[in-house]
Amino acid sequence: MGIFGLAATLVVGAVVTGERVISRQDRTDRVTVIYWEKWTGSEGEEMRKVVNAFNESQDRIFVKYLSISGIDSKTRLAIAGGNPPDVAGIWGDQVVQFADANALTDLTELANNKGLDEDYYIPAYWDGYVYKDKVWALPSTPAAIALHARPDLLPPEVATPETFPKTFEALDALVEKISVQGPNGSLKLAGFLPSNPGWWNWAWGYYFGGQLITDDKVTIDTPENLRAFRWIAKYTKKFGSKEVQSFQGGFGNFASPQDPFMSGKVAAEQNGVWKANYINVYKPGLEWFAVPMPYPADRPDLKGRSNLSQDVLCIPRGAKHVKEAFEFLSFVQKQDVMEGLCSAHGKNSPLAKVSEKFFDTHPNKYIRLFDQLARSPGAFNIPKVGVFPQISNEMNVAFQEVNSEQKTPERALADAQQRAEIIWSTYRKQVLAQ
Amino acid sequence: MKKDLRIGLLFALPWILGFIIFLAYPVLASLYYSFTNFSILREPSYVGADNYAELASDTVFHKALINTLIYAVGAVPLSTVVAIGLAMLLNTKVKGMSYYRTIFFLPSLVPMVALGTLFLWIFNGDYGLLNEGIRAANLEPPNWLGDPAWSKSTLMLISMWGCGQAMVIYLAGLQNVPVSLYEAADLDGAKLGKKIWNVTLPMLSPVILFNVVMGIIGALQVFAVPYVMFPGGAPARSTYFIASYLFDNAFQYQRMGYASAVGWVMFIITLVLTLLALKISDRHVHYETE
Repeated sequence: MGIFGLAATLVVGAVVTGERVISRQDRTDRVTVIYWEKWTGSEGEEMRKVVNAFNESQDRIFVKYLSISGIDSKTRLAIAGGNPPDVAGIWGDQVVQFADANALTDLTELANNKGLDEDYYIPAYWDGYVYKDKVWALPSTPAAIALHARPDLLPPEVATPETFPKTFEALDALVEKISVQGPNGSLKLAGFLPSNPGWWNWAWGYYFGGQLITDDKVTIDTPENLRAFRWIAKYTKKFGSKEVQSFQGGFGNFASPQDPFMSGKVAAEQNGVWKANYINVYKPGLEWFAVPMPYPADRPDLKGRSNLSQDVLCIPRGAKHVKEAFEFLSFVQKQDVMEGLCSAHGKNSPLAKVSEKFFDTHPNKYIRLFDQLARSPGAFNIPKVGVFPQISNEMNVAFQEVNSEQKTPERALADAQQRAEIIWSTYRKQVLAQ
Repeated sequence: MKKDLRIGLLFALPWILGFIIFLAYPVLASLYYSFTNFSILREPSYVGADNYAELASDTVFHKALINTLIYAVGAVPLSTVVAIGLAMLLNTKVKGMSYYRTIFFLPSLVPMVALGTLFLWIFNGDYGLLNEGIRAANLEPPNWLGDPAWSKSTLMLISMWGCGQAMVIYLAGLQNVPVSLYEAADLDGAKLGKKIWNVTLPMLSPVILFNVVMGIIGALQVFAVPYVMFPGGAPARSTYFIASYLFDNAFQYQRMGYASAVGWVMFIITLVLTLLALKISDRHVHYETE
């Protein structure tokens, strides 16, 4: 064997051995299910406990839990490479995009066989797992959004959930009253800022009766969405664009005591059910309460609106152990398991049936409110289109343009509408028509 | 002789394989994909020049391209001037110079992500170190990160942080300038400014050309620092660059074909600018051998 033969043998040997080392099973007596999850830290540890409980509950399957950063792109690449995990914990707003890309295993039959159907879940959450009449994912933990307020920064007459403003108009009046600006206009305290925390800029129109997609058409520039953006512009005008930017530049990370709500820079903010967990860790003892998001005074039908989000479990296309992976998914859906996980994550439960113990022992004292919001007819998900990430980006840009007074609400939404129409039309031609 | 060749090839084999697998093949494949609709998870389908036609009317691409060119126009000259200035200072005969050289070179070794995080604190509009200094001088500081009018300038200033690499090359170039030229200039009564303009810069011009070309290529590929400091190109896409748009299309929107087209257009623009720089340099660069 010549020197090239030796080199070739070494390369082939390394490849074969490497593959064996990578794909070795941790438990040779069981089927190993590889589970990739985005969570790290305490959230990851709580999920690991669920995995451990599953592994102890039977002797046929072993779930190997791995925390993976950038889980969406890595899962896609692993699917393309033909070696995906058996279970992937992705974000709920990616389900449609993944399904359109032929990246997921259809779970409809498996879920039906286990009785995991629309009756088992809160309808608005169930809606997030179904696309084109097929089930593509099941929940790990869900969330609902509400307005959080600090009574110590409010006048006594509105410092309770019962007396806090219910409409946008009343909220605006309160903000006018309690916000504090220095002699040079610099903000010291903002009663409320639409740009904080800025995670759901796409959703403002929904609180004014708008939608982004209606019957397969982009509807960004409708009067309802325009009304929402005019309301946003009003805040910029009130405080001054530069003053708001400078003030927000000083906001610390949401997972720190420097968070603007915890540090007392804003008296009220839109946030998710998980906020209580962060307050308990970074500002224990802080007095706060949660109320539903406001509605326009002339649209009482929009009372109780809340945008939902959730983390989901899916089985990527090409997974090697689909049935075993689904065994794990259905284990997570058990009421006691789901309630334990959601409680540990500070979230509400996605299940239709919730125990009293869950409410009584939950770390968020307003958990019943979030549960009600999720069950409310006003609860809404992201639009079911695979281009939601792009449309959400366009809404973010429109929001920033209005918030920095670069464009009028009319111009910003017209531009976003034009861009989104092109994106949606290209997607329909290139992806949906395939 | 043949045995030597084979052994030589064997030693070079890891690099040759790496070049073919990780560079040559992906480059050629991306050219093919740029003419397809390809989402990674489905087979690519040929669409002709559709992706390039879409780029021609894509307003976000135009915005990203303009942002990138503005950044390059600001960052490259700024870094060049600072690097040459530092190199001149570090070329003087001062005690402990090797320590100074190390100190000024070290920042260029900081990883880009760490750099982005660090500058988020320094440029913070409310409590950042820089604005504290500006306020101390009784001036009204700008909002470096939140104001679209300042965000690109912030990145240009940050680009100076990495000029240590270029500085070392300039320093080597300066040390090759014959002392006799300065002595001749002294005899002619030239002051410092004249000596820099008539001796240092002409003798350094091949090195300047090299660093400017590398700087242009680097500036057109700017990605990591804005990605960390200005997510999504915020505020209002004022820091959205071509590399960011390429990344988003490839890995967020699953449009690998379109992203490949963006990459190839960027390659052509980079090539044209590089050739332009080389052409312009014909009259201004002086080589010792000429």
